[in-house]
Amino acid sequence: MSQTVIASPAIETNGGTLRLPADALLRLDSGAVLAPLEIAYKTYGRLNAERSNAVLVCHALTGDQHAASIHPITGKPGWWSRVIGPGLPLDPDRYFIICTNVVGGCMGSTGPSSLDPATGKPYGLTFPVITIADMVRAQAMLLDALEIETLFAVVGVSMGGMQVLQWATDYPHRLRSVVCIAAAARHSAQNIAFHEVGRQAIMADPDWRGGAYEAHGVRPEKGLAVARMAAHITYLSEAALQRKFGRELQRDGLSWGFDAPDFQVESYLRYQGASFVDRFDANSYLYITRALDYFDLAASHGGVLANAFRRARDVRFCVLSFSSDWLYSTGESRDIVRALNAAGCRASFVEIETDKGHDAIFLDEPVLHSALRGFFESQASRGGLA
Amino acid sequence: MSALREDFKEILRLVRPNTRVLDVGCGEGDLLDLLTREKGVDGQGLEISPSGVAACLAKGIAAVQGDGDRDLDHFPTQAFDYAILSKTLQQMREPRHVLIELMRIADRALVSVPNFGHWRMRWALLTQGRMPETKALPDPWWSTPNIHFCTLRDFTTLCAELGLRIEACAAVSPDQPARSIDPARPIENWRAETALFLLTRERPRPPAPERAATGDLFS
Repeated sequence: MSQTVIASPAIETNGGTLRLPADALLRLDSGAVLAPLEIAYKTYGRLNAERSNAVLVCHALTGDQHAASIHPITGKPGWWSRVIGPGLPLDPDRYFIICTNVVGGCMGSTGPSSLDPATGKPYGLTFPVITIADMVRAQAMLLDALEIETLFAVVGVSMGGMQVLQWATDYPHRLRSVVCIAAAARHSAQNIAFHEVGRQAIMADPDWRGGAYEAHGVRPEKGLAVARMAAHITYLSEAALQRKFGRELQRDGLSWGFDAPDFQVESYLRYQGASFVDRFDANSYLYITRALDYFDLAASHGGVLANAFRRARDVRFCVLSFSSDWLYSTGESRDIVRALNAAGCRASFVEIETDKGHDAIFLDEPVLHSALRGFFESQASRGGLA
Repeated sequence: MSALREDFKEILRLVRPNTRVLDVGCGEGDLLDLLTREKGVDGQGLEISPSGVAACLAKGIAAVQGDGDRDLDHFPTQAFDYAILSKTLQQMREPRHVLIELMRIADRALVSVPNFGHWRMRWALLTQGRMPETKALPDPWWSTPNIHFCTLRDFTTLCAELGLRIEACAAVSPDQPARSIDPARPIENWRAETALFLLTRERPRPPAPERAATGDLFS
């Protein structure tokens, strides 16, 4: 896996796309294999001489590798600019921070919009179903290519949190510490239900064309926007929505119709939906939500979550949840922590008090930031990192 | 830390270096911080308040937000060398269960309990006929977090019942040097304000000889 076209990370690279050679197969949980494989990634900071300061950051469902730099499509700061940066808990002066676009994604890594070498056309629905473990396997291949054997930390939010748990299960020997934020060890019926609403919205859009929309020169933008709107509600708490919008109207008086949004919250959701379609692919949304729904870490370990972590006793864990997060609630994080304790793993856990819901991951949460800073500091001094 | 709490000093003295320590009700992690720095222990805290846990994390102390009454059950057997329960037992809903769990999780437990048999308690109850409020236990009965008070003798009786061996015992208070005591002596049930016990599991049952002096002055 050394014959790659990327520059050595010791030079001032800040990422790119790793094109794995055709014989480097990504073996998927479904039994299918994916090749050739491309993994898009960004890096911040420099790998030290001991190659001991690498931190892998795993993004959420609709996130991507642009964690701390300006997003090329939206022009906005990276999704975790409050955590990664000079003077912040993940300081590029100290750590070599890597963020990859997941397999199945649409920001440069191989996904359903990539060209199928067999046909020369986009995969569409012929793309194999992928899982969280497949995403992690691809990340491990990237680390191999970067010649990074051990990660100082793997840090994940939401879906990324599921990836870090999978990391602890599949590659515990390659990790020193794990940070799992606002995630769960499995998708609940409610989680699956919301995703199904999103998928049905996409597939009900006439422009979806059975997934082959690109060949027809169209995009199922309406369906994808509705999917985003439904999902976005789950990212906010009721209190946050109420505080932000209440029953405020868009203009004086009601419209007594359906063309224009009456309420500000409608307008906000429409905007969220409309801006999302500019940067996200509908089929990727289907595949990644599927991967999330299939995730159940205990199921592959005899139904006992603790068994998933038994090989990770030398890894230090930090699990964080938000009190008003109802997508992946504190109860889910607590289950993870109890399983870690039962497996004999050292874990820290705190439920951060906030009314901002799941979205608090990306917002200004001082306790989140001080907890991360403290955890990384202690791991750095444990690992002898300057 | 300028003035080291006297009970912390005693715990520090009793804990062996480079051991694994669980502190139940660790607060902001001051004790674990001290033990980590002075004894190189591998510490883990359990704390019910989110702000306490956040403070631990900020100090680099591993801590889990949780409830000693419920969450000890999830720790594996003999995962720690020491389990510390500092002045918290009387706040538990099931102190007996907590004690059993501590001794399952760890080889040794360091448990401190305020002694309700202290003379000030008895005096207040005798003269005023009301629940005592002291410097150590300042809350009125209706708001006290302490829901399961015991005397020194109550505690040693429970230990005997559970087959726990008292390896060491000291009378402690925040501002006076710890004093090593024999908790079986009736006088200590009058004068120890808080007692710190180092407990181990009883070795395979030597027939427990009846202790010479288990009685109190009034019994």
